[in-house]
Amino acid sequence: MSQLPAEPAARPKQKAAGAGHMLRGALASLVQVVLAAGIGLAIGAIMMNATGYDWKEAYHALWIGSFGDRWGLFDTLADATPLILTGLTFGLCFRAGYFNIGAQGQMIIGALVAVAVGSSLGGVPTLVAVPLVVLAAGIAGAIWSMPAALLKVTRGVHEVISTIMFNWIAIYLSGYLVFNVMNDPRSAERTVRVAENVRMSALLPGADATSALFISVFIAVFFYWLLYHSPWGYEMRVAGFSHDALRYAGANPMWAVNVTFLLAGLASGIAGATQIIGRPPTYALYGDLSNLGNFGFDGIAVALIGRSHPLGTILAAVFFGALSTGARMMQIIAGVPLDMIRVVHGVVIVALAAPELWSILRRSISRRVASRTAPAASGPAAGKGAQQ
Amino acid sequence: MLISSLILGSLHAMVPITMTATGEILSERAGLVNIGLEGILLISAFTAVVGAEAYGPLAGLLVGLLTGAFIGLIHGIIAIYFRGDQTISGVGINVLGAGLVAFGLVWQWGQAGFHQVPRAVRVPAISTPWGPLSPMVIVALVLAVLTWYLMNRTNLGLKLRAVGENPAAADAAGVSVEKVRLFGAVFAGALAGLAGAFLSIDWLATITKNLSAGRGFIALATVVFSGLNPLLAIVGGLIFGFFNSLALVASTSRELTRVIPYQFLQMLPYVVTLLVVAGVIGRVRFPRASGQPYRRE
Repeated sequence: MSQLPAEPAARPKQKAAGAGHMLRGALASLVQVVLAAGIGLAIGAIMMNATGYDWKEAYHALWIGSFGDRWGLFDTLADATPLILTGLTFGLCFRAGYFNIGAQGQMIIGALVAVAVGSSLGGVPTLVAVPLVVLAAGIAGAIWSMPAALLKVTRGVHEVISTIMFNWIAIYLSGYLVFNVMNDPRSAERTVRVAENVRMSALLPGADATSALFISVFIAVFFYWLLYHSPWGYEMRVAGFSHDALRYAGANPMWAVNVTFLLAGLASGIAGATQIIGRPPTYALYGDLSNLGNFGFDGIAVALIGRSHPLGTILAAVFFGALSTGARMMQIIAGVPLDMIRVVHGVVIVALAAPELWSILRRSISRRVASRTAPAASGPAAGKGAQQ
Repeated sequence: MLISSLILGSLHAMVPITMTATGEILSERAGLVNIGLEGILLISAFTAVVGAEAYGPLAGLLVGLLTGAFIGLIHGIIAIYFRGDQTISGVGINVLGAGLVAFGLVWQWGQAGFHQVPRAVRVPAISTPWGPLSPMVIVALVLAVLTWYLMNRTNLGLKLRAVGENPAAADAAGVSVEKVRLFGAVFAGALAGLAGAFLSIDWLATITKNLSAGRGFIALATVVFSGLNPLLAIVGGLIFGFFNSLALVASTSRELTRVIPYQFLQMLPYVVTLLVVAGVIGRVRFPRASGQPYRRE
């Protein structure tokens, strides 16, 4: 679909400049991100107010549920575990100029393979079995993302369309496999459970967060190294600016597309595995996919708030992990439907779509400050402030 | 019996695709892309039910249309005046839609995920010898033809194409690039909104948090398939409509689902979308300034 922004040229806004410039850029970026999150929460509050919920009580419950105590904190980290990975999926592709919104489907496929492999590895030592499950799920996710990349390269099909179609195909495929192939005879609504020895241990007895968190962080650091300290990463980042530049530099842009999608799919496939072997108490996949939640789509907001930087993504995943964990407490205590938090997600994304909004806002604020300090000079200067 | 239900089913399944694609075609002609159509379909489907339950089906359709137009307006303002990233804004609308409707279902009816639309507030169907037919089928066809006429035979259409092809030249000729594009954004939103209302208070007679089921993206695929020609959006809508309805009809046949599990039948529309889009691309040429914000020198 070449009518979408054809060359991903200017997407990741970054200028090659001096260190001072970079620092100022990073600071402006941080302010933007915090403001966008603030706008999201503010609109959430306005909406709760308008629909008759007590927003103060809701946000208080959200805080208690996410950071209020040890249990809240560990639940937050449990939700952050898959969010880091799905955030990496979107972020990596976004860096390279692609809009891969197929994390949800790649995660489903990863989870299915994690169940298949994890349930057949009984008796294998944990230190061997867990990496095997994670690797198998990652490869499955990578394979599932490949058709989108190939359709993009060979046929020019826009990845937004293809990845969404593959999400739907994954949903129906999982429905078939969960109910007809991998079904637990003792429990009709889910698959068989994975073997005891591949179930990862909780970080705190009884908590939801497990050592799967370390897998997510490890992959984020690996992606960071790949993007910023390896020759391939350089190509991927250049691809994000311009395919022509990459071609002139002697590299093959098509190769960059494929590798980017493979790695992105790998991350989401592993995200699926973390929900199967790394999240008590189910250790199986439900037919309604409820234990995968919306982590795939939530990864978009995570990546955008994390500025598509692997390390920023970790921080953003903790923030959104807190939101989704806190939302459950919010529903229990304040009675607010937890889907309210997805409205916040959406507003945050829309707010981040318009970087110029911030510069317009900044100009108008500084203009107001200027007119207050020097009222005489405000007249002609104020009118010409905005461009055009 | 089977054939007539398949044909009527195809016609109804065509409506949301063709209508949404028609609006988006006009918008993309002007250089503005909205991938948030899925979210608009869903949000409008919800508001249409609220409107219809309060003031009747006609009001419901109008509320759906206005909801879509409003979201289109916001997307347009972000893309045109703030020179925002159209793709990010569109994705944001989709995420917002999923959250808003799931929240709204609980808030409005106290039910998570599902609400049946009462018969009294549904758009009344026209009875034909083959079964009931929604008047919206005719509306969708007429809208596609009118949009074709608007784009190819009117002064506004000329401006739309100029703005999409070469905004700087259009600007120099005295056309307001911003206003024309904003019209496109609102038009696309309005048609998607009407299509959303059709889903909930007409065809499917329910509102769920997954009601749109990827149709916004299938409409985007239809835009590609059509090569930005609204008349071909009718053909595209019929192709997807046929497979959608085939999947529905086939899923109810016990003999068939014994051979092919119904989940694989349900995949059909999505697989066909991929195949069709992969098949036609390359032959299609899009406006040069598509997706790019216009910045006056």
